[in-house]
Formats: sequence, structure tokens, C-alpha cells
Amino acid sequence: MTALAAEHATMPVFGRLSPHAGRDQHVAHIAEAARQIRIQDLKLVHYAGAGHIGGDFSAIDILATLYGAVLDITPDTVNDPERDRFILSKGHVAGALYTTLAAFGFLPVEELATFLKPLSKLNGHPNRNKVNGVEANTGPLGHGLPIAVGHALSAKLDVSRRRTYVLTGDGELQEGSNWEAMMAASQYELDRLTVIVDRNRLQQGATTRETNDLDPLETKAAAFGFAVVDVNGHDYGELLDVLSAVPFRPGKPTFVIAHTHKGHPISFMSNNVAWHHKVPTEAQLQQAIDELRAADGRKTTTHNGGTPA
Amino acid sequence: MTSTVSAPTGSIADQPRYDCRNAYVETLADLAQHDHRIVGVVNDSVGSSKLDAFKKAFPDRLINVGIAEQDMVGVAAGLANGGRIAFVSAASCFLTARALEQIKADVAYSNRNVKLCGMSPGMAYGELGPTHHSIEDIAWLRAIDNMIIIVPADPIETAAAMRWAAATEGPAFIRVSRMSVPAIYTDDYEFVPGKAITVRGGSDVTIISNGTVLWRSLAAAELLADQGIEARVVSMPTVKPLDVDAVVAAARETKGIVTAEEATVAGALGGAVAETVVQHQPTRVTILGVPEFAPTGSAGFLLDRYGMSPEGIAEAALKLSR
Repeated sequence: MTALAAEHATMPVFGRLSPHAGRDQHVAHIAEAARQIRIQDLKLVHYAGAGHIGGDFSAIDILATLYGAVLDITPDTVNDPERDRFILSKGHVAGALYTTLAAFGFLPVEELATFLKPLSKLNGHPNRNKVNGVEANTGPLGHGLPIAVGHALSAKLDVSRRRTYVLTGDGELQEGSNWEAMMAASQYELDRLTVIVDRNRLQQGATTRETNDLDPLETKAAAFGFAVVDVNGHDYGELLDVLSAVPFRPGKPTFVIAHTHKGHPISFMSNNVAWHHKVPTEAQLQQAIDELRAADGRKTTTHNGGTPA
Repeated sequence: MTSTVSAPTGSIADQPRYDCRNAYVETLADLAQHDHRIVGVVNDSVGSSKLDAFKKAFPDRLINVGIAEQDMVGVAAGLANGGRIAFVSAASCFLTARALEQIKADVAYSNRNVKLCGMSPGMAYGELGPTHHSIEDIAWLRAIDNMIIIVPADPIETAAAMRWAAATEGPAFIRVSRMSVPAIYTDDYEFVPGKAITVRGGSDVTIISNGTVLWRSLAAAELLADQGIEARVVSMPTVKPLDVDAVVAAARETKGIVTAEEATVAGALGGAVAETVVQHQPTRVTILGVPEFAPTGSAGFLLDRYGMSPEGIAEAALKLSR
């Protein structure tokens, strides 16, 4: 196993666009950040010899949208009590979170080179006491949603407008603790709480349908008192529109079902259950990077959006 | 170093008894009155935690998530993320067993300012049986890093531990007894985490205890004194971190140590004391506690059954003092 060398941790850092930037500019900014995050994350997993690349890639567009344009949080306000909170409940995609945090200046890009190395701050699951921007030490599934409900309750008690977002996997919703938390969110009318489900329909070794089918998920979430919205989880415009617009129904928390594909958009990974935690070979790494570069029609790694932080 | 606090005069067994939950709710209300960050979090346990008055005084600040312990502890961690100090108040059996992973990951590992208050611990629910007994809680939580475990012995110590916990950032677990106990301490008692208190001096043998069994240990020392045996009684309210110096001193200065507590014989105070003497000052140790799923009976009956009547504790100490 070769650890990620410093020369492979070279992702550009993205700032936030001016609030006056147009929607198209925001979308382009998020898209380029997400592309760079994917390239960097592939290297992270390849050189560490471990990681959850499939789930990373289903979640990265959501993460890039949140940190790139939605969350009221910057590296300067990362400890501000009035910051928005984002809780990554599917803690096993820590690689995607670290890379996203680095892309937006919360974490030095060079530090990504330590991912999974002995004594690194960048464990296989995030630790808030070691990594700037992490809100909860997640990893066991079904923990993020209750924590998010607790934070949303604190904001309500404070009569604050700060928002709470939590990203869960879909297989993760098989944990009963989520449904306990959803009942409480509804009971307390936490309309500044948004649950985003990374609906990639694959769990560790099979589809959710084959395992413990969640459908009809929309009906279930609605029955638990949420305003439910479906989005294409790889469409930056849809994600931006929906995640910026909450709450949709006063008094109701929001449940965003983000339809995604594990491994998206890499040809040989996408929607392939084998890539839950498979590590790309040198050739696969190169092919995946080539596909990502080609997707933008450019071979350069520089970005085209916004003012660097 | 340990400090000495004088116990009330007369036999401890004859003193009036108190339900520590009353001290708990009075202290919580007082803390909440002076600090807006304090909130209560419960799993429908408003009545069993005696929190009706708190709910009336602070209706917004008693979060009742319903019968959902995993959610309850996660919500407490989230409230702490938002700057609140969450006092989770639930039957210790359900709090520690049902939400153990949330206690580990969301509270201890995440280092959140959450106070886990295990109500009616040990065998307080008596005849309701082992499903409702919480004798395993100490052993389970001792295995978790960054968790302070406090087992108060009377209402004064319960209140003092709560005030300390409220003023100290980070996780803590506090047992709040339902089974009535006499007052051991006086109002000037100050809780110091990790410090034992020698509640009765003696150099023949040592009894280390806490919680509902501390007064029984003091009563045992009275019986031993009648036979000319001077037993040291060490109160160990903090099971983790343990006062290693007090244990080593007892091992060095007396003929042996009896531990007595309302918890499993495996891994609780007795286990902690045994680990300590084995590594630092080997001596004879007798661990009194609960060795099994208890049969039907009241908490007092069951403590007696497991050798923790004053007579039972005295007998165990007498064997070591010879």
C-alpha cells in the first residue's frame, strides 16, 4: 500500500461566490468543485488502499452544493454559534467529507495526504475534535438524524434562524433510530431541519429492495410529518434550488430524497454494488480521472468559478 | 488525598431516609433558573423522574422525545451542539442499555456537554425484575473512554454532583437513587471528581462503597466496632476515574478491602478496585454486588440477599480482618 503522497493532494481551493452571483454561476461553481473533489477523492482512496468510493461519489454533488452555495458556514465562521449545521450521518463517506472540506478551505489540502495514515486526524470516520467543520463523530448508522433533531431544537429554543441539514444513506434508514427522530422532528415542528437521503438504492452488498425495501419512502416520510421533495441528486441546479428553499411547508421539517448512483459518474463504477468499498487500481484511477476531465471538456485541473478563498 | 466528613451522630441505620430524585429535581430547577442553557431531555419519563414541576416552570426546556432512548441521547448531543447543557433524565436501565452506542459515539467520543442521569438505578425497581434493574450500567460505561461515572450516596451528594457536572464541560453519568437512603453528608459537602472520602476512619479493614450501599457499609462498621474491629469506610462516589491513591492506601494500611455496591460483581466499583490493587498494592479483596439476574424481591430484600445487609457486609469485612 502506497500512501497518498503530498504531490497527489493538489486540489484547488474554492471560495464562495458573491451572494449576488446568478444561479448559473453558482451551478457552474458547484459543478467544477464537485469535479475536482471527485478527482482528489479517487486519489485519496487509491493511495490509502481503502475507502468507500461508491458512497463518496453518490454524495459528493450534495456535499459540494451544500458547502459551495447553501450552508451559511465558512472557514472563518466554523465555530460561530449561529452557523448552519451540516451533519454527515453516513460517516463512512468521510473521504468525501474531508475532500469537500478541503475544497472549501476548512482543511489544508495537503492534509488530505494523511488520510488513514497512522495517527492521522483523518480517520475512516470523522472526528469533530480533530477535524475543523465536522459536527459529530458519526460512523455507526442512524446517529446523525437524532443529533440533527437536537440541534434544530436548540435553534428553535434560541429563536434562531440557523438551519440544520443532515445527510443519511438510504440503507441507513433501516435503523429504527431515524424514525424515532423523525417523529420527534414532526412533533416539535422543526421546519428548519432538512433531512437529505442519498437514495442510491445500494447497500453494502445488495440493493435496498433485495435487502429491506424502503419504498414507498416518500409516503413513509410524509406519514411521519415531513414535507417531501424528490430531486436528482446529481443535478446541481435542482439541488441548489431545493436545498436553498427550505422550509417548503411552515411547521414541517423537510425530507429531500436525492436520487443518486453509487460511483457516479464513472462508467465502470456507476450503480455497481461492487464499488461500495473497492479500491481503484492504477489503471482504473487513471481511467476515472480521464473520464472526469473529459466530462468538463478540458484537461486542466484549474477551476473556473468564483474567487479563491 | 482524602478528606474526612463527619457523619450524623447516632446509628446511621436510624436516620431519616430520602429519595434522591427529590434533590435531583430541586437542583435541576435551580440550575435551570440560573443558567438558560440547561435543558431536560426525557423519554416520557416526566413522572418517574419527578419532573412535573420542572415542566411547569420551564415548559420549553423539557424535551420529551417519547419512548425513544436512542433518539433521546442523540437529541441531547445535538442540543449540546447548539450550546445547551442537556440533562438526560431516564430510567438507568433503558438509558444505558438502549442508547449505549449513542452514549459512546454521540456523547463520549464526540465529547458533548451531556449529563446522563440514570434514574432509579440498581435494583430500585425491585419486583419489576431484571429487565428493569440497572446493575450493568456501571460496568458498561466504565468501558467507555471520556466518561465520568458518579454514584452519589445521598441527596446532598446527588445535588453536589449535579452542580459540579453543570459547571464542567463534557460528558458525565450520574446515578440518581430511588431507594431511600439516610443523609451521609452535611450541607457544606463539596463534590470533587475522582476523590474518595473517608467517611469513617479505621485501620483493621476497609470497606469501599457508594450509592445506596454506603450507609449499609457505615452501619456494618458500627457492628464491627462493637466487636473491636475498626473498619475504615471509604466513600467512592466517582467510579471513573477511580481514586487510586485512596485504594492503595487502604490496601497498604489495612488487612483487606471489601467493596459493596448495587451493581454487577463484574466490572463495576469492585472490579475497578480489584484492577487497582492487583497492579499497585496486592491485597485481599471481597467484591459484594449482584452476581445474577435477581429473583423477585424488593431492592432492600435483594441487597440483603447478596450479602449487603449491614450484617452481611460486616461478616465479609470480619473475615478479611483476621
